[in-house]
Amino acid sequence: MAVLDPTIAAVHRDADRPSVLAILHDWVVTVDHKRLGLMYIASGLVFFLVAGSEAAIMRIQLALPNNHFVSPQVFNRMMTLHGTTMVFFVGMPILLGFANYLVPLMVGARDMAFPRLNAFSFWMSLFGACLLYFSFLGAEGLYGGGTAPDVGWFAYAPLTARAFSRGNSTDYWTLSLLVSGIGSIGTAVNLLATTLCLRCPGMTLGKMPLFVWLNFVVACMILIVISPLTAAQIMLTLDRFLGAHFFDTQAGGSAVLWQHFFWIFGHPEVYVLILPGFAFASEIIPVFSRKVIFGYPFMVAASVSIGFISLGVWAHHMFTVGMTPAGNTFFAVSTMIVGVPTGIKVFNWLATIWGGKIRFATPMLFCIGFLFQFLCAGLTGIMLSVAPFDWQLSDSYFVVAHFHYVLIGGLLFTIFGAIYYWFPKATGRRLDETLGRWHFWLFVVGFNLTFAPLHFAGMIGMPRRIYTYQPGRGFELWNQLASAGVVFQAAAIVFFLWNVVRSLVRGAPAGADPWDAWTLEWSTSSPPPPYNFETLPVVRSRRPLWDLKHPDDPDWRYE
Amino acid sequence: MRGAGAAALLAIIGAAAVAIAGDDTTRTSSIFAPVSAPADAVVTAAMLVLAITAGIFVVVGSLLTYGVVRFRQPPDDDGSEPPQVYGSEQIELAWTVIPILIVVVLCLVTARTVYDVQGATRPPGAVDVTVVGHQWWWEIRYPALGIVTANELHVPVSDPANRTPTFLALESADVAHSFWVPRLAGKTDVIPNRRNTMWIEPRETGLFLGQCAEYCGTQHAHMLLRVYVHPRAEFDAWVARQREPAVADASGAAGRHVFETTACINCHTVRGTVATGRFGPDLTHLMSRDTLVAGAAPMTPEALRDWIANPDHVKPGALMPAMQLGATELDQLVAYLVTLR
Amino acid sequence: MSAPSAIAGTPAWTLPARGRVGIGGLILAESAVFAIFVAAYVFYVGKSLSGPTPKEVLDLPVVVSILLWSSSLTIHVAVRALRGGAVQSFTLWWLVTILLGAAFLAGTGAEWHRLIYQDGLTIRTNLFGTTFYSLVGLHAAHVIVGLVLLTIVLILALGGHVTRAHAERADTLSLYWHFVDAVWLVVFLVVYVGAR
Repeated sequence: MAVLDPTIAAVHRDADRPSVLAILHDWVVTVDHKRLGLMYIASGLVFFLVAGSEAAIMRIQLALPNNHFVSPQVFNRMMTLHGTTMVFFVGMPILLGFANYLVPLMVGARDMAFPRLNAFSFWMSLFGACLLYFSFLGAEGLYGGGTAPDVGWFAYAPLTARAFSRGNSTDYWTLSLLVSGIGSIGTAVNLLATTLCLRCPGMTLGKMPLFVWLNFVVACMILIVISPLTAAQIMLTLDRFLGAHFFDTQAGGSAVLWQHFFWIFGHPEVYVLILPGFAFASEIIPVFSRKVIFGYPFMVAASVSIGFISLGVWAHHMFTVGMTPAGNTFFAVSTMIVGVPTGIKVFNWLATIWGGKIRFATPMLFCIGFLFQFLCAGLTGIMLSVAPFDWQLSDSYFVVAHFHYVLIGGLLFTIFGAIYYWFPKATGRRLDETLGRWHFWLFVVGFNLTFAPLHFAGMIGMPRRIYTYQPGRGFELWNQLASAGVVFQAAAIVFFLWNVVRSLVRGAPAGADPWDAWTLEWSTSSPPPPYNFETLPVVRSRRPLWDLKHPDDPDWRYE
Repeated sequence: MRGAGAAALLAIIGAAAVAIAGDDTTRTSSIFAPVSAPADAVVTAAMLVLAITAGIFVVVGSLLTYGVVRFRQPPDDDGSEPPQVYGSEQIELAWTVIPILIVVVLCLVTARTVYDVQGATRPPGAVDVTVVGHQWWWEIRYPALGIVTANELHVPVSDPANRTPTFLALESADVAHSFWVPRLAGKTDVIPNRRNTMWIEPRETGLFLGQCAEYCGTQHAHMLLRVYVHPRAEFDAWVARQREPAVADASGAAGRHVFETTACINCHTVRGTVATGRFGPDLTHLMSRDTLVAGAAPMTPEALRDWIANPDHVKPGALMPAMQLGATELDQLVAYLVTLR
Repeated sequence: MSAPSAIAGTPAWTLPARGRVGIGGLILAESAVFAIFVAAYVFYVGKSLSGPTPKEVLDLPVVVSILLWSSSLTIHVAVRALRGGAVQSFTLWWLVTILLGAAFLAGTGAEWHRLIYQDGLTIRTNLFGTTFYSLVGLHAAHVIVGLVLLTIVLILALGGHVTRAHAERADTLSLYWHFVDAVWLVVFLVVYVGAR
């Protein structure tokens, strides 16, 4: 029986099987980036199920007009928790978990730059999530949704003021994000320092895998953009508890100021979410096309550009707020411009596939799905960037459809691809390909069935964040289709979870390099030893393992 | 699988066309069925954007599909690696320049439409309306005409030769809302301590639906809007009726007494009586409206009775308190309110 | 830190020190927080509906500012001493730095006392009060955190646990302190000079 982690075997070599308590203790006190990475991903997946259930509740309520499945109070809490959880307690942890696991391995290091800070960051992040969900136990308790926040994930002022948001539900929102934000900043500092300071000899910045580059850009972005949210939340808390007037319109404060601060965080945040998705795609697509990534320097330049430009587009979330024509035009233009490097990346992935020998293993299936769906997402994004068009589409289901195409059709698909790709490395076992196909196809059907119709619901006037709608507006068909899609998505997730559990116990053993890949993590055992590498590698090109496997035709001749 | 996908896509587009056109029982509020100048401007810009994005979708989508099919690993593959292509500066340049050119075109279209809509001048014949957003209803005031109503906006149709658009000033009494009637104009947010303006210029008569489009709390979903566009004469007649003080019908005397001695007058105005409250909707001509409770209930005596007896039952979370009236008082009150034509 | 090259004939592999990069990242994040509070302050200048204006109640805090900025010099001297192995000198200049920082806090406290009890300006008085106390208070909070960290090091030094080998770490910590002083420069200019 293959051992999950050789550390345990090494430590308890001559003892009996370690007790559950001993194993638990090892995981709780660990500072090993690989274990922390796995805990990040596992906790992210748990909250994925929770937030997915919240979405299912909303879709059941919206399947019929004037439905009474849940009360408006419960629906609004589901709406708020779904968005908040998915962004902060599913997306960020899973992506930072992968970065945690892979960046040190890919740069040829033994661990992250600050292992204890790493552990601290993880536990802060998890504590924030628990704090948010603890809010269900306040006030009336679970029935009626307790004191879970109901102000939307973006908590616009002055709805969040004491006058309009009584009790502590909004404070749970604020504090849980403040706490987990500290965790995000810690991990970003770690990624920054690991990338700049711990690369193995020969790995110049120009020879790092694109995965490392993209997470490096993400780390820099996190350091710049989480702070505006932290600052705004401190301001909100001062308003609510000390009578400050930051967003108090009665005292001359500005509700729009909250929107500016929130979206200065919020827009780059969605790039923080999608860039690691690009990172997964940039590693998986070349390996399964059997070709080097096309245009590495341009991919790096495009990624860095996206990082920079995304800092200047935030007010495209505020086209309807009543900005001046100059303001609206500026942000429309900047938003269109950020689409250019993003498009360049899609073309480079396409060029990587072109002329290759594509193997349709499950990781590649998910990345191909990503390419098609992210194309749709990008195009609806261009539609939204045209400010006058946005005056109609903003705050409607069209926007909901757009960003779910980005985050599910784009990001989640690459996350699934990444799980199938790196699961063998982390566990020493392969996930089942047949179950993987069921997972993929069910999810493609379910996801598109849910979110494609919602574009049309938006275009015929259905606003978002409503707990019900009236018959005779034409919304019914699209909502029924959307709700039907949930069944397929749920089935897909069942296949996925079954695949994971089954493979952990009796998956086929995977060697060090089951996919015939080219980056450093595949040069060590599966799973890697705690110290990662016997001797620190020395590299000469972007694909060290390609050089080893093709000594007659190494990469460093062509880079 | 690909054929099935294409068929599904066509089916959806077909259904979309039907849904957008509407059938007999559906009153559409599609953004692609504009009847007013600002909404027209949006559709014009939108058509160009849709054409461009459709073109990009076809080109890139086809290349992706072709690439994924054509470059599959052959079943009899010898396991050798294909030629490794590291990049091409010319290609990178091409697919940087072409998108930039597309962006330039889109920028020009966007700027033109933005300045056209936001910079519109107000002709002398324009009607002025102030809309005040509340949780969860719309206060509608015609300052120059001395009219106050709720949730239903009446405007004259605009003749291009003699333009009579309606200019709206948007204010909020509490939190952020958004005024959205898709067939008439794009939405504009309604934000406290900030005065936004927008305009509509309907060229067709009829009833057009909309609703609040900025999450504003529990009953955001029931902040519906009804815009009635009238021929000029009809609009003037409506104005004249609305300007009159409340009808004093003897059949409602008992109910009027209940109204004026209960807390009703703290929140509601009935012009010509002692009721001058501003917190809730103006009830002077309540019966002239087609719906109750910002669209959450029909305008019938039964619905009115249910609402007053227990607002939370009709619109959970509504800020109107249950007035704890006995059955007789309730009947009398409703009998009074139905006289407020 | 640098690693000797494993391949003969190739240049040594030198990368930045992780402590410096780490503190740099933290400073970047903290700068963004302060930038937002400064933005709020600037946005609300002149928009208060009532109450005292900056011009009416703010005096240029020349003395405390000089004290704080001098502490940047003294901490620099301390670190240099430690690099040279002069632990006693390091300890002395480190202590002076802490005292200067504490004096700054005392001065801020005295100013706030006057503003609250004499001028009637609190965080809830008006927009100026809100943005002033939050910005200056956020800075003061960072000074307090800095003093706590510096004091921990002082205690270690007094116990004889700090040697020349720790000079890098002391330098990293001093970067945080310099950052706090730099933020005060911005606050001084935007709030106090801007009030005139």
